[in-house]
Formats: sequence, C-alpha cells, structure tokens
Amino acid sequence: MKRLYPYLKPYLGRMTWGLIIKFTGSIMDLLLPWILSYIIDDVVPLRDVKMVLFWGGMMILCAVAALVTNVVANRMASWVAQHTTESIRHDLFEKISYLSCKQIDEYTIPSLEARLTSDTYNIHNLIGRMQRLGVRAPILLLGGIIVTLLLDWALALVLIALLPLLGILVYFVSKKGVPMYMTLQQKVDAMVRTVRENASGIRVIKALSKGEYEKDRFRQVNSQVVYWEKKAGVTMSLTNPMMNLLLNFGLTAVVAVGAWRVNYGLMQTGAILAFLTYFTIILNAMLSITRMFVMFSRGSASAQRIAQVLDTPQDLMQTHEAPQPSPYRVEFDHVCFSYQKKEDNVQDIHFRLKKGETLGIIGATGSGKSTLTALLMRLYDADSGRIFIDGQPIASIPQGELHQKFGVTFQNDVLFADTIYENIDFGRHLPKEQIRKAAECAQAMEFISELEDGFEHRLTSRGTNLSGGQKQRILIARALAANPEILILDDSSSALDYRTDSLLRRALRENYGETTTVIIAQRVSSLLHADHILVMEEGREIGYGTHEQLLESCETYREISQSQMGGDVQ
Amino acid sequence: MKPPRTMPDKPQDRKRVLLRLGQYLSRHLGMVITALVLTVTSNLLALIGPALSGKAIDAIGSEPGGVDFSTVFYYCGLMLLFYAVSAILSYILSVLMIHLSQKIVYQMRQDVFDHLTELPVRYFDSHQTGDIVSRISYDIDTVNASLSTDLLQIATSAITVGGSLVMMILISPELVLVFAVTIPTSIFFTRYMVKKVRPLFRKRSMKLGELNGFVEEIITGQKTIKAYHQEETMIGRFDVRNKEAVDAYYMADYYGSMTGPSVNFINNLSLALISMFGAMLFLFGHISLGNLSSFVLYSRKFSGPINEMANIISELQSACAAAERVFRLIDEPPETPDLPKAQEISHVQGRVDLAHVKFGYDPSRVIIHDLNLIAKPGSLVAIVGPTGAGKTTIINLLMRFYDPDSGQIRLDGREIRQITRKSLRLSYAMVLQDTWLFHGSVFDNIAYGKKGATLEDVIAAAKAAHIHRYVMRLPNGYDTILNEDGMNISQGQKQLLTIARAMLLDARMLILDEATSNVDTRTEQQIQAAMRTLMEGKTCFVIAHRLSTIQNADTILVVQNGEIVEQGNHEELMRRGGVYANLYRSQFQ
Repeated sequence: MKRLYPYLKPYLGRMTWGLIIKFTGSIMDLLLPWILSYIIDDVVPLRDVKMVLFWGGMMILCAVAALVTNVVANRMASWVAQHTTESIRHDLFEKISYLSCKQIDEYTIPSLEARLTSDTYNIHNLIGRMQRLGVRAPILLLGGIIVTLLLDWALALVLIALLPLLGILVYFVSKKGVPMYMTLQQKVDAMVRTVRENASGIRVIKALSKGEYEKDRFRQVNSQVVYWEKKAGVTMSLTNPMMNLLLNFGLTAVVAVGAWRVNYGLMQTGAILAFLTYFTIILNAMLSITRMFVMFSRGSASAQRIAQVLDTPQDLMQTHEAPQPSPYRVEFDHVCFSYQKKEDNVQDIHFRLKKGETLGIIGATGSGKSTLTALLMRLYDADSGRIFIDGQPIASIPQGELHQKFGVTFQNDVLFADTIYENIDFGRHLPKEQIRKAAECAQAMEFISELEDGFEHRLTSRGTNLSGGQKQRILIARALAANPEILILDDSSSALDYRTDSLLRRALRENYGETTTVIIAQRVSSLLHADHILVMEEGREIGYGTHEQLLESCETYREISQSQMGGDVQ
Repeated sequence: MKPPRTMPDKPQDRKRVLLRLGQYLSRHLGMVITALVLTVTSNLLALIGPALSGKAIDAIGSEPGGVDFSTVFYYCGLMLLFYAVSAILSYILSVLMIHLSQKIVYQMRQDVFDHLTELPVRYFDSHQTGDIVSRISYDIDTVNASLSTDLLQIATSAITVGGSLVMMILISPELVLVFAVTIPTSIFFTRYMVKKVRPLFRKRSMKLGELNGFVEEIITGQKTIKAYHQEETMIGRFDVRNKEAVDAYYMADYYGSMTGPSVNFINNLSLALISMFGAMLFLFGHISLGNLSSFVLYSRKFSGPINEMANIISELQSACAAAERVFRLIDEPPETPDLPKAQEISHVQGRVDLAHVKFGYDPSRVIIHDLNLIAKPGSLVAIVGPTGAGKTTIINLLMRFYDPDSGQIRLDGREIRQITRKSLRLSYAMVLQDTWLFHGSVFDNIAYGKKGATLEDVIAAAKAAHIHRYVMRLPNGYDTILNEDGMNISQGQKQLLTIARAMLLDARMLILDEATSNVDTRTEQQIQAAMRTLMEGKTCFVIAHRLSTIQNADTILVVQNGEIVEQGNHEELMRRGGVYANLYRSQFQ
C-alpha cells in the first residue's frame, strides 16, 4: 500500500477538502436524531407548535445539507480515484513496456495482463470507496459513540462494551475468509483455462471423440470452484447475523439499563429513543467497516502485485564503451547463452557479416537459431562472448537506437487489430511510397489490391482473418518498410509457396541490396544464395560457409540439401 | 481462411429468459420454498423487535420512580429471544441460499460446457474464445449474484415494506400520510436514476472490455514492439484507452454515487416530517411516546427497501442480459445428429473418394467448386497449392467438421453421412498446423487419444516423434506440467509432441496438415519414416508447402481455386511441366 502513496500525493489537497465536506455531511446525519430527541423531550412539553415546526425545519435543512455535501464529496472522491488510477495504470504499462524479455518470461504474460487489468480495477475501486466509506463509517461510528456519551454516558458504555467483541468477530472471520477467496480465484483460473483449451482444441477433441472426457474434466474444475465458493461464502456470511445479533443485544441492554436510570431520575425517556436511532447508525457503520476490511485486504493484495512490477530493477543496462572501427556490420564473438542458466542454449557462436551480406541459418528444431537473433537484438544479454554492430558493442548502444537499425519478423509474430496500412507502418509514420514499396517486395500487393478497401482493410486481433501466407507477407512488409540496416527473417516464409518465396528473395536482392540480412529457414532453397550459411545443432555451429562449401564440408548440410532438392543442384 | 462472423444475436424475450431462470430454480423447489419461509419468518421476527422495544419504553414511562420493571424486563427478554432466533434464521438462510445458488450455478455452467462440446466446429471458428469464456464465467456469475441476493432482497423488501406499513397504520394512520410525500419522491428519483445510470454503466463495462482487449493484444506482442522500438507509440495508444476507461468509470460514478446520499436524504426527510407531525399528534394526544418511537423505527425500515428497489431493478436487468447470453449459447444448434441408419465403421480399408464436392463456409463464397479425387487404400496422397486454395478445407470435409453443400464423400464405398461421426473420426489420426497442448503433464498430453496407454507406449511414441530426448531434459521428464508461458518450448517441439500423440492412435488413416512446418527437414523425414512403418498399409493425407515432404507421395493433388488442376506422382507431374513443375522449379530460382 505504501507504494500507492506517491500517486495520491498530488491530490492530497483535494482529498482533504473532500474529507472535510464529507465530515460536515456526516455531522449533519448525526444531528438529525439529536434534534428528534430534543423535539420530543424539550420542545413538546412546551406545547409550542411554532417551535416544533422550527426544529422540524432545521431537520429538513440538515437533511438537505447532508445530501449536498455527500454528493459533492463522493464526486470529489471519484475524481481523485479516476486520476490516481489513470497515472498508476500509465506507469505500470510503461514499466511493462520496458521490461526485458527475461523479466517478462519470469512474470509470464497472463500474470502481467492480470496486474494491468483486474488489479488496477481493484485499486480504482478501493481508492474511490475508501474515501467514501472510509470517512463516513468511522465518523458515524465515532460520532455516534461521542454523541451517545454526551447523551448519557452509562448507556454509551453498554454500547462501547460491545465494540471489542465486534472487532474480534470481524478479525477472525476475515482472517479465515480472505485466504479462501484467494484459493477460489485460483480455481476460477483453472476453470477458465479448461474452457479456453476446449475452444482452441475443438478439432482435436472432436477428432479423438474426447467430448465425454472433457465434460468430466470440466465437472471436476466446476465442482472445485463451487466447493470453494460455498466454503468462503458460508464463512463470510457469519458476519452479518452475528453483528446484528450483538448490536441488537446491546440495544436490549440499553432499554433495560435505561429503564433503571429513568427510574432513578438520571435520564429522560426521550434519550432512550434517540439512543435507539443512533444504534441503527452505528450498526450500519459497523457493517460498512466490515465490508471495507474485506475490500482493503483484497486491494492491498493487488497493490502489492502492482508494486512488485513497478519496483523491478531495470535490466539490460547500457555500458559505456567507445566503438572501434570495424569493416563488419555484425560481429558475433564466441557467444554463449542459456535461458535457464543451466544448459547452454547457444554455445560459442562466432561469425562476421559485412554490409549488404546475407547470413542463412539452418538447423534442427530447438537448436538455438531464434535465440541467436534474440541475442543480436539484445532482447537477452549473452552470458559470455560479445556482439558488435559496426564495431560498437551492442550493450553500449541505447536500446531505442539499437532497435531502429532492425527490421524483423519473428516466428509466430503478431498482427494487431488495425488496418493493413497501420500494421505495416506500425506507428513509425513512414512515407506512403515506402510502405507501398515494402508491400510490393514482400509480395503482399497481390492480395492487398484484391481487397475491396486495399490497405485500409481492417485485420482482426492476431490477423485471424488472413491465411498463414498472407500474414507472413504483411509481417515481411513491416520488417522492410523502414529500410532497415539489418533485416531478420525468422522462419517467415514457411507458409509461402516456392514461387512466392523466390519472387520475394529476388525483390530483396534488387531493392534492399544495402541491407544486411539474417534468414532462418528450414528450406535450403531459401538460403541457397546466402553469402554465408550457419548450420546449427544443439546450440553449436557444425558448419559455416557458402552453399557449395558446405556441400563439401558439412555432412549434415549435405543430407538436408539432398533430401530436399534431390540431386538436381550439385 | 476463417468463415465470416455470424450476425449479432437478436435480443430474446425477457419473459422467456425469466421463465427459464425459473426452471433452474424449480429443480430445487424444496430449497426455494424453505428459503422463502425462512425469509418471511426471520423478517417478521425482526419486525416485532421495534414493537417490543416500544412496549418496553412505554413501560418505562417518563416519570422517575414510575418504571414498571417487570414489564420492561419481560419485553427485554422477549427482544433477546426474538433477535436471537432471527439471527439464527438469517444465518441458516444465507447458508441455504449459498448452497442453492451454487447448485444452480454448477448446473448452468455444466449445461453450457456440455453443450459446448456438442457444438459444430463452425461455432468455434466464428466466435472469439474470450467471448465464450466470458459467458461461462462472468455472465453466469452475474446471474448467480442476482439470484442469490436480489431474489431474497425482493422477498425481504416486500415483506419489510408490507409489514412495516401494516404496523405503522396500526400505530398511527395519520402519520402514514407523511409517506404520501416521500414515496412519490423516491419513485420519481428511482426512475430518473435507472434511466440515467444504466447506459453509463454499460459504457463503463464496454470501455473496460476494450482496455482489456488492447492490453492482451499488446502484451502478447511485446517482443515485436520492442524490436521496432514502438514502446512510446503503444504507451500513447494505451493512454487514450486508459483515459476513456477511467472517464467512463468516473461518469458512471458521478451519477451512481448519488444513490446512497439520496436514499439517505429521503430517509432523513421522512424522519423530519414524522418528528414534526408526530410531535403535533402527541401534543393533541393522538399518539403515545412509545408508539412514536416504534413508528420512527418502522419508518426507517420502510423507506430503505423502496429505494433499494432501484438498485435491484437495474441489477436484475443486467442479470437478465447475462442470462440471455448464456441461454443463447445453450440454444445454439448442436452438430446435426447422426442419421438414424448411420453405422459404426470398423475394419476400415482406407479407400476415400470425393465426387463433385462443392463447399463454401459462406454460401455466397464457394471455396471448393467441383472436387473429385480417389485415394486408394494404403496410398500417400499429398495436397499442394497456393495459400487460400482450400487445402485445409478438404480436411474439414473429410473429418466432417463441415458437411459439403453438394456432392459425395465416401469411405470404403460408403457415403460418410451413413457412418457415425465418432467412428468416422476415430478412423483418422490427425495432426494439424495449429498445435494444441493443454495444461497437463507431457504424459497426459501424449496419451490423450488413447485410453490406458502405458508409460512404455508413450515413450515409444515420443521416440518415434524424436521428442524423447527433449522430454528427458525437462525437470520432471514425462511428469513435467506443460505451461503455455514461461517455458522455452519452440514451435517445432510443440509440433513433435502432437505428432507423438497421433502416433499412439490405432487409426487406420492419417491426416497431416502442415504438421511439420516448423520442424527441420531431417527430423521430419525420420518422423515420416517412423510413421510410415507404423501406418503400413494405411491411407495418408499430407498437406505441405515444403515439396520435399511430399515427393514420395503416390498421388499429388495440385489444388487451385478449389479445383484439382493436376493429379499424378512427382515424376509424372514434372514431365507434364504444368503448375506443379513450375512450383517445384521456383525453389531453385
């Protein structure tokens, strides 16, 4: 919760005003029963109708004042909550945007999503309601107690004696209930996951006729959810009747003690009447405090989760090293890296590329091909060895400057719910001709021009309204659009037929000759003309050279090549 | 290609929705009746409380020394008793209601899910997963919240209002006139608020939903955004949506937070008016002090629920909307049932023929025009062609995920509609381009299609799929739980796991739809070899872009614009010099 304080700070003035206004409103609420008892005890015996009307008018006045102040204060509270949440969410999103890939892997994407959405909602709710109830309920409670003390201290003591009991009750119930709600949340997550899996795997499930099995699987998670919801609900539902009971017992005690005191002339009957009214107020205040208690514990859990992300130390610091002149655009110098810091995923990789050269990488599934590009872009830092661009160690290049050198398509890259044009431009405000040229080279114009609205055609999230090959071509166009110094294509032509693939390669050669290119592919035909080809196996280099050289020197490469192209190209 | 989205659903009749909700309730009629009885009783008991305290205060009188203690204590004792019984009853009641509502929720969720497994594939192709999830979780929760609280609230309110009114009329019919002022005020106010606030709340949920969608999309695409250094741009776009969301929240709050103070105001107004008129009535000797005090307590009970109704009505409306969404899913037509004379097919030979098949996901856009093909038992049939030509569609038809608009598909000479879906589908082992793994152990994922598979079976399949070594390097081997995120499992490795799953099946035919697109060619060939030994003499359908994958096929079908333009083996097609030869040669250009 402490972490939230700086966000509330700019609004402290407003909050204070809001609280003062709220305070006034609550006093008005407390004045009403006071006047009531005054009318009955002191005004009525005077038998003065005018006075009755006057005090009645005062009551109405108080009621109006309470209405106005409360509405104004509530709105101020909402305003503060709105602005606080906006800046918390902004900062959180900004922080997440700049987390390193390693940190994102550690938090996992669904967890970050939940922190940005449900956790910030909880905080929004909490800030708003705390200001509204947080003042009102304690004031009503305290005020109620003070007024009753002034009215008659003995009766008030009866009331005060109840408070510790109520506190103990609230404490124990929430202590038991809150962890139950946390378990429940996990069970709900499991249920949602099962539904998601069924929706995405419907073809497999139907093909294997596993419908009945899935029903059973859902029945299990469903009953788990129901079990915990019942358990938590039953525990929490003890609070209300118990509180009502305690307070009503107190009320009875007030009547009994009151009777005794009236009998000895220590107080008047009207006071008992007022007391009963205050009791209702105090009862309601106590109920609000209980609700706040639950809300607060839930809210502070969310605040903790948000603070954890905000306080993540910055990863991938920039170093200060002077560049050394180098004829090479890209240099890998004996690079090693491991995701889990156990077994190396990439081991002792060494190569150099000049401006305009193309490197092809080929190798078995899981051999570390994509990891190499992630290291080149400094999405992760190498464990040992160094990577240079134009003689400058990449760790010394500011992230923004570094990334602007690249055009890249990842394996399973994403398209966003936006127009095709925006998906290619991607917020870079590139000139129109450049986008058109990129789309043409990527062989995407062919189908874009067939669309009724062309570039303005809207894609669904993740581009589900395009075929695999169409998606890849738009992604390649995105990578090309800014005329990058270095182009990375990670398995980005797997869904293209050979003809389109070869047209693409020719266009790349003709239009982006200055660009240094790294292509990862499974098809030898995609790499055939590369200046250098790197053959990888289990994170290590097992061959490096041109197609012809490798046919001679690398057995694995020869096998791959022959299996794909037969003997035609020797 | 995905079929187009279905039209937005039409609103259902609200009465029908309520009726169906009623049906869920009526299955637990005993509990519902018990709950109602308990509600009535505990509220009546609570209503008696103020009457008793009034009597006690009357017994106190207003003169020192004049207190009738035995009467006071008598009534105090009764109060204790009534309050205790009322508290116990209300606890039992809430426990009962939790059980009741959870029973209904359980049933409803299970109904939705069970129906989900029976829906045709088309439904999933045209509806977003997020939407289905939100129906089964959020919408049902909304219905639940409303069922468990609002129903009782209405019952309680009705009883409290009715009971209080009766008690107040008994005490002082004249004072009741005060409500002639306050009740119309509250009705007017309630109507105003419902009208004003509902669209605001709807907008608030919508904006929050949009923000959620944006966040999900952007965080998933983090790597890409980083690579293009577009963090600033995305933060800018996020800020716009964030602002819209908090503004909508504020506007809803702006009016919504008026309700509390206003309810309070109307209560206070009643109190003020009652004090004035009550005092006057007392002056003229029409009412006793004790009665006045009871009246005040009743009046407080009375005004509350009337204003609460405003909230309940709007909550009920959102519950109705949610229930509507749930029922609409339950009402979605399931896969057409098997024909009555449909037979189980066993001992499949594996001869598949398609004759004049025509099909389109959307009747106005035909994808497959006139498809004819024959696959002999034990042959390897490859389907090639440009993207969007309808290759995956053929698989959809073979598996009966969709039925053709016209033409016939036969398995071993029998029209596939004459075969039960279950036995038809089980005669194929299928591996798709989109890998599907679920949250469970590696073992469970591989053994998914085969009941009672042993660890040896699974390991053998994993070895054949060349994924055994990878699995052994996982922290818990075959017991490792597969998690979508946070695991560095590559796309190719996922494909190998699903291939291992297919290898375990006893199917007589095999479908591979780009099953190895992210696997290196050497592994792919080893897998194919393993598969072919396993599937000796069984019919295989293979879709692949990599022509090396399919060179050995017995028949290669070249599909273009939903028609087979060429057919033959690799050598024949190469000699022909047509589309296939062009495609093939282009890889060396």
